[in-house]
Amino acid sequence: MDSVERPNWAPDDIDLGRPSIARVYDYWLGGAHNFAVDRAVGDKVLADVPVLKSVILNHRAFLRRAVRFMLSQGIRQFLDLGSGIPTVGNVHEIAQSTDPDARVVYVDVDPVAVAHSRAILTGNELVNVLQTDVRDAKQVLESTEVQSLLDFDRPIGVLMVALLHFVPDSDDPHGIVADYRDAIPSGSFLAISHAGYEEGEWDPAWDDAKTTYNRGVSEMTYRRKQEVQALFDGFELVEPGVARLPLWRPESPDDLDENSAHFLSFGAVGRKP
Amino acid sequence: MTEQVDHRVAAPGRSNLDPAVLAGAESFARTWATAVIGSSYVPMTRAEVAEHLQALTEVLVHALHASPFRTAPGYEIGARLVEAHFTGTDTLGRTVQLLGDDLLGELGIQPDELMRSRLAALQGALAAGYARALRERTLAEQEAIRAAVLDARDQAEAALRASEARFRAMFTEAAIGIGIADIEGRILDVNQALQDMLGFSVEEMRQYNIRDLMHPEDGGSVWRLYDQLTAGECDHYRAEKRFRRADGEQVWTHLTLSLVRDDHGDPQYQVAMIEDVTDRHLLQNRLRYQALHDPLTGLPNRALFLERLGRVFNNRARHRAGLCYLDLDGFKVINDSLGHDIGDQLLVEVGRRLDHSVSGEGKLVARMGGDEFVILVEGSQDTQDIVNVADRVLRELESPIRIGGHELTVSASIGIVERALSGTTAADLMRDADITLYWAKADGKSRWALYNPERNAKEVARFTLSATMPAALERDEFYVDYQPLVRLEDSTVVGVEALVRWQHPEFGRLAPDRFIELAEETGLIVPLGRWVLRKACEQARRWLEEFGDAAPFVSVNLAVRQSRDPELVRDVKRILDECALPPHHLQLELTESAIMGTADEPLEALRALSEMGVRIAIDDFGTGYSNLAYLKHLPVHELKIAGSFMEGLRAADEEDAVDVQIVSTLVQLAHALQLGVTAEGVETPAQAKRLHRIGCDTGQGWFFAKPMKPESIDELLRR
Repeated sequence: MDSVERPNWAPDDIDLGRPSIARVYDYWLGGAHNFAVDRAVGDKVLADVPVLKSVILNHRAFLRRAVRFMLSQGIRQFLDLGSGIPTVGNVHEIAQSTDPDARVVYVDVDPVAVAHSRAILTGNELVNVLQTDVRDAKQVLESTEVQSLLDFDRPIGVLMVALLHFVPDSDDPHGIVADYRDAIPSGSFLAISHAGYEEGEWDPAWDDAKTTYNRGVSEMTYRRKQEVQALFDGFELVEPGVARLPLWRPESPDDLDENSAHFLSFGAVGRKP
Repeated sequence: MTEQVDHRVAAPGRSNLDPAVLAGAESFARTWATAVIGSSYVPMTRAEVAEHLQALTEVLVHALHASPFRTAPGYEIGARLVEAHFTGTDTLGRTVQLLGDDLLGELGIQPDELMRSRLAALQGALAAGYARALRERTLAEQEAIRAAVLDARDQAEAALRASEARFRAMFTEAAIGIGIADIEGRILDVNQALQDMLGFSVEEMRQYNIRDLMHPEDGGSVWRLYDQLTAGECDHYRAEKRFRRADGEQVWTHLTLSLVRDDHGDPQYQVAMIEDVTDRHLLQNRLRYQALHDPLTGLPNRALFLERLGRVFNNRARHRAGLCYLDLDGFKVINDSLGHDIGDQLLVEVGRRLDHSVSGEGKLVARMGGDEFVILVEGSQDTQDIVNVADRVLRELESPIRIGGHELTVSASIGIVERALSGTTAADLMRDADITLYWAKADGKSRWALYNPERNAKEVARFTLSATMPAALERDEFYVDYQPLVRLEDSTVVGVEALVRWQHPEFGRLAPDRFIELAEETGLIVPLGRWVLRKACEQARRWLEEFGDAAPFVSVNLAVRQSRDPELVRDVKRILDECALPPHHLQLELTESAIMGTADEPLEALRALSEMGVRIAIDDFGTGYSNLAYLKHLPVHELKIAGSFMEGLRAADEEDAVDVQIVSTLVQLAHALQLGVTAEGVETPAQAKRLHRIGCDTGQGWFFAKPMKPESIDELLRR
């Protein structure tokens, strides 16, 4: 997510000499939709912070749990912001396995991720892919891809999974969330998963990971629980509120371990009243 | 999605399994799930993973017992693990190990050689199936992501091409001229509009540097701003600029120059947007030309002249300047008699001759209106320069002008002003030239006059007097003195001449010669004369009351204009009535010209006055051109012989025979016509004696008395 300054008509450069978050994530998730530069960064970050492997998997698992939760609440249309490479366990797979008529719009700024998404989604009338910087909520919400598929008179599930820690404070993440919040109808849900830790938990390796990220991929910002909670301004958090990622509605007690209580990420789902 | 796989593979013949074996398979699947969860991301819950693995376990159980034994199910299980996205290679290692360690035990199978061999074969097949599936999957994903990259690139390039095409179209099709140059001024590209505007092709333009497009008439700011722009000090500016076209013509433009910076903010390109405003400019020029030129003669008009004159004073590039203010003599007559068309043609020819005779640097001929022209000479050396110009103009006009069969001779009067610019203004110069022109006219026309400050001061004083006279009359600044008219026979005061004076608050006491002429010019003489008449009559009435028969008559001067005033008779009658003064106590003095040169009407008035009983005297007799034959028929009672004839009678010892002869002839003439005679200007006893001897009736002059206050007359009468 860079070059917001670029005019709309100028597509981002397709620079395979630079890693992309979407492809690095794919690599971490065991995919092969990536290149040597992506794998080099992925390996470097994992070498600094081995725990990150589990962090990544947990964000993905949180996505699944959050979508399933929203489905259980009757949500049938989803806006997945920062969707990345559609590797495995995608929102539309989860949603359409519950209701084949569920609708999903994927949004990502990475043109390669978007091109790939479009390739594999060809023929799926209920899924749209939009290439835009998700920080520009107005542009996202007014796009044909969103307007033609999503019904703003019915609740929408907005997903910001492993997204906002790539939005520095200077870009006003609070304001970005608020822009989406103001556009969706009452009864809609927002899911956020976010890298972060509490006071006293700091591990120097995390800063190494951050540095590697900042240098190689994108600027990364860890946030405290309270900061994550503040992002849900205007939403009612569902149980258990902002929690360490594995602790948010785990599917099985076996999924938890001694590290869960200090897990390096938070997750939460809120409902717009 | 392509990964969409039905993970819940139904184990073939599942129902055939012994419940104990089934329980063992379930237990093994749980252990398997625990071992591999976390080694890969699979989009399933822990329970779903266990369920999935149990199905695979059951396949294994069947394969172990199958007859004939086949390894294909092991191969299939490996492929299914990859399909379910168990792509982390740890999954395979743990799976193979777990199969070897635990499977036979959990299933309660005797680990005999056959079973161990079958299990090893299935393990190998699973590893091979897994490796092959993973390899295929990896290759497919690599292919997919490459294809995505190509797609994205294609789209990006297509978007870029589309946007470039749009911008190219905008550039080429724009009606406004656009040019791009690098920061050194080398022209890189120009659009069609600019090529058309300047008449150069792109190739030709590329040979140029921006500085080559400098035009000698460019305002200094154009290139000063250009330097600032290329230095990065300003980002754009607008200017009016002229360009030279390839064909040598000029193009007037509105130019907007903008700086394009690179990512570091350093100046990179300059973009010029150029709008052709030549038509507008030419129209403006034409309108301006029309506004500043006389349509008849084509000469600069008053507005342009004043602008130029103003510029002379603003620039002060020269130290001196001169003006000839020229007016044709008698143009009105030509216009009236030959018609305006001839008049106009005459003006055109005069304009042409003027222009011809004074052309040159720093000289401007303008038509101010009517038949007035002005010549401005900037940077004159001295007054002679301008006099030379005026002489040349007068000479130029000497030769007759032939128009429509008429041979016209014109002359002009010219007022000249020439002076140093410091200490004067354009308005001063104009006013003085205008005044001087009137002097030239007054001095006899067909000549030039030079501005003269003393003469002007006098005229200004005259003007001041004439301007302040009406108010002075209201403020009672005038008064009347009286000079006795003495009967020579017995030195009795028989009458007094009323002489008006002006006690001016600024100039002091003013005699009539200072202001009567002015009053005649302005017409104020009529009310002033009426005022004097009333004053004199009132005074005469007082004397009549005090001295009865011995009271003198008052003699009041009547100006030419008064004598022609249709109200004269009524005014005199009313004043006499109001003062209750018998008419024979009033004498009106008129000059010869006033009486002789008049038409019938004033004569009628004089007759009426005379019949009323008012005495009429001819003042200054002998200085004008009296028609003596005519004199007989005039209603006149008295001749006043001008003082100039008294010179020869002045000296005590000898007299001028000619003057004596003239005076005695006049006296005889008067007496022959039964008119009385008054001699003016009597200053010596000898004169008085001689006049008496000649037979003159009455005398007036310093010898008898100077003009005096009425009270002084009272004293005289009382003696």
